[in-house]
Amino acid sequence: MIVVNGEPMEWKEGMTVRDVINEKRYVFPLLAVWIDNSSVPRDHFATTPVPDGANVQIIHMISGG
Amino acid sequence: MEKMKVLAEWSYDPAKPFRGYTGKTLKVNVGDMTFESKDVSEDMKFKFTGGRGFGLKLLWDSVKDTTKWNDPENEIVISGGPLCGVTQYPGMGKFYAVFVSPLTDQTYDSNAGGHFGPLLKFAGWDAIEIQGKAQNDVVVVVDADAKKVQILESPFDDVNAYTVTEAIHEYYGDPKDINDRRFVSVVTSGQAAENTFWGCLNSSFWDSHRKTARLKQAGRGGGGTILRDKKIAALVVKTHDLSGTANNPADVDTLTRLGAKLHKEIITLDAKQCRMRTAGTSHLNEIMNEYHLLPTMNYKFGQHPDADKIHSKIYEKMFTQGISDGCWYGCTMACAKAVDGFELKTGPWKGRKITVDGPEYETAASFGPNVGVYDPAWTTETNFYADHYGFDTISAGTGIAFVCECYELGLINKENTNGLELNFGNKDDIMELIHRMASGKDEFARMVGQGVHRMKDLFAEKFGADRNVMERIGMEGQGIEVSEYVPKESVAQWGGFFLTLKGPQHDEAWLIFMDRVNKQLPTFEDKAEALHYFPNFRTWFSLVGLCKLPWNDIEPADNATKYPPQEAARVPEHVQNYVDIFNAVTGQNITKEDLIHQAERVYNFQRVFQLRLGKGTRKFHNIPDRALGPVWADEWEARAEYYDNELKAGGVDPAGLSSQEKCDRLQKIRREQWEKLVDTVYRRRGWDKNGIPTVKKLKELGMDIPEVVAVVEKHAKPEDQWKD
Ligand code: SF4
Repeated sequence: MIVVNGEPMEWKEGMTVRDVINEKRYVFPLLAVWIDNSSVPRDHFATTPVPDGANVQIIHMISGG
Repeated sequence: MEKMKVLAEWSYDPAKPFRGYTGKTLKVNVGDMTFESKDVSEDMKFKFTGGRGFGLKLLWDSVKDTTKWNDPENEIVISGGPLCGVTQYPGMGKFYAVFVSPLTDQTYDSNAGGHFGPLLKFAGWDAIEIQGKAQNDVVVVVDADAKKVQILESPFDDVNAYTVTEAIHEYYGDPKDINDRRFVSVVTSGQAAENTFWGCLNSSFWDSHRKTARLKQAGRGGGGTILRDKKIAALVVKTHDLSGTANNPADVDTLTRLGAKLHKEIITLDAKQCRMRTAGTSHLNEIMNEYHLLPTMNYKFGQHPDADKIHSKIYEKMFTQGISDGCWYGCTMACAKAVDGFELKTGPWKGRKITVDGPEYETAASFGPNVGVYDPAWTTETNFYADHYGFDTISAGTGIAFVCECYELGLINKENTNGLELNFGNKDDIMELIHRMASGKDEFARMVGQGVHRMKDLFAEKFGADRNVMERIGMEGQGIEVSEYVPKESVAQWGGFFLTLKGPQHDEAWLIFMDRVNKQLPTFEDKAEALHYFPNFRTWFSLVGLCKLPWNDIEPADNATKYPPQEAARVPEHVQNYVDIFNAVTGQNITKEDLIHQAERVYNFQRVFQLRLGKGTRKFHNIPDRALGPVWADEWEARAEYYDNELKAGGVDPAGLSSQEKCDRLQKIRREQWEKLVDTVYRRRGWDKNGIPTVKKLKELGMDIPEVVAVVEKHAKPEDQWKD
């Protein structure tokens, strides 16, 4: 099990950041990701594994209108 | 075009801008045909900064407590602000128009691109106030080349925007050089502005590539309705005094350095980020649909299977590519996309091939899913006629969506609509309604054009429609229609729309992702903090003459890795750019905290201004049920699992309840949350329980101007003060 933006999500073997984003259907292009408070560069989403038990923050970078 | 007859004329010596200001504002009264120049004091700059701030200050000095939108003393004040006209950095050509609105009966501010704001300043004026009412149609011209301000007899029988704008650019341009027309800019509206309260102000710029005049809109609030009520066919500015240093900035090197960095960022990253350069804001169409935020059938739903038909890839193909579509010089973001060679299928210009500015996201949504239509060509046609006739696509789309739901609920019928079948998706009859609204001859269309707020009264009174139902589904606040985002899933966005100064427009705070998806605002205090910071930050753009898009519709490649999440969302590097640019232009030395203080002064002043006009208290911060959550069973059933969970989170077991009962229970929970939000936000903003800024707050901000304090003291009650 992992936590994504405060909500539990089932963990799967080999899961990458991109898989989590796709499963969540986060289509907004300006996403920023932190795994256990470490940031993941955008061009590494597809290759960065998400470990079981991770706390993942996927921030949509739009805030002010 | 025949020579225009001079009705009144006044000579002046154009002041050159220094450090972003000319130090002068111009007042033209088209009623008594007088002209006046006013000085800008250092105190005015400190308290009001410029742009919308100057507009509000000048309007305050000119109206009475009882002024209504169509009183002669009401004004349209247009001002760009000290950074307006900078060409080195993207997005620096906006003006802000301020007026007492026909929709809301309080002050409204609305911004537009195009070249009017910068050219007005380079013609010598930090702001122009237009007051009075002419007897017959006039054209007001600020001609810095000739050093004259003139009121001319209008030659136009057809006052629609493209007719007037093209003719004026040609009239004032050098006949030997078509691109000399770029030294002219025109503000117009159109015939719909005469017959509805949704009149927009069009601001032109000459597109040297297309060899045609383009129009950007200060769409919201009914400014165009006031322009036509004053019988102004066009406001014109002309100057050849145009250069990259016309603002006479203190430090041009800093502007060039920061601009070069952002240009590079946009050019290298935009295609991977928001695709503003190819799709404009239409890139939001499919995103909003995916997140259940795309207003669909009067905001009943946020998603629809047909939304693929309005995907930005389709708009991208319609837009002409490869032309630098900036609405002011130096804007590499270039999101002012246009459809060229578009053949109109309806209306007075049927069969003509024209250039259409847009559609942008708001129009793609309002004259799209919100009225149940998924046809980009139809939306493009409505966009053209909205600009040409001079009405706001956001208010009109949301307003017609309300009409469609009333029609489908049987609150109004075909007899009431004078034969139109106004079901969602009935494109032909909706288009016919638009043409009827412009002509002003059809009584039903005239009722629609008064906006949702007044339609509720009119439909109840004339057709016996159920007032209570209309209150629940009418998407308006403070008298103006909601812009095109479904707010019902985000408590913070209820505030972003409905705890605003002027009504539900997305230019104060767009917090849906922060609140709902990112979960960055878990407590009411967090939401209130965001509803303090962002509205002020966004207000600052309106004081200095900026477009917001280059702030966060592009971000540095390392933004997300360099800063922690909460900070990264504010795009700190771009915020610092704005601070540095302000200092580079004005020669001041402000910090990013000062920037918020500058905005807060004007924000609170405008709140007191609304109070002075009889609004500006808690009861005007109203929110309709549809904005809080599902109203009808079919809305619930479209996302049953999601809403069931919402109900459980609120402590109610959905088992055994009908969908309608669930809607009613969730509404009750959310109404309580709304009241809590209002309290928390008022406290954070330094307002009392009734939403009135306290004298203490005004003192802190240096805005304890005696007449402002007097308004507060007249309305503030001891029982409305917080105990601690
Ligand atoms: S980002 Fe778009 S709207 Fe803003 S100034 Fe540039 S072209 Fe105009």
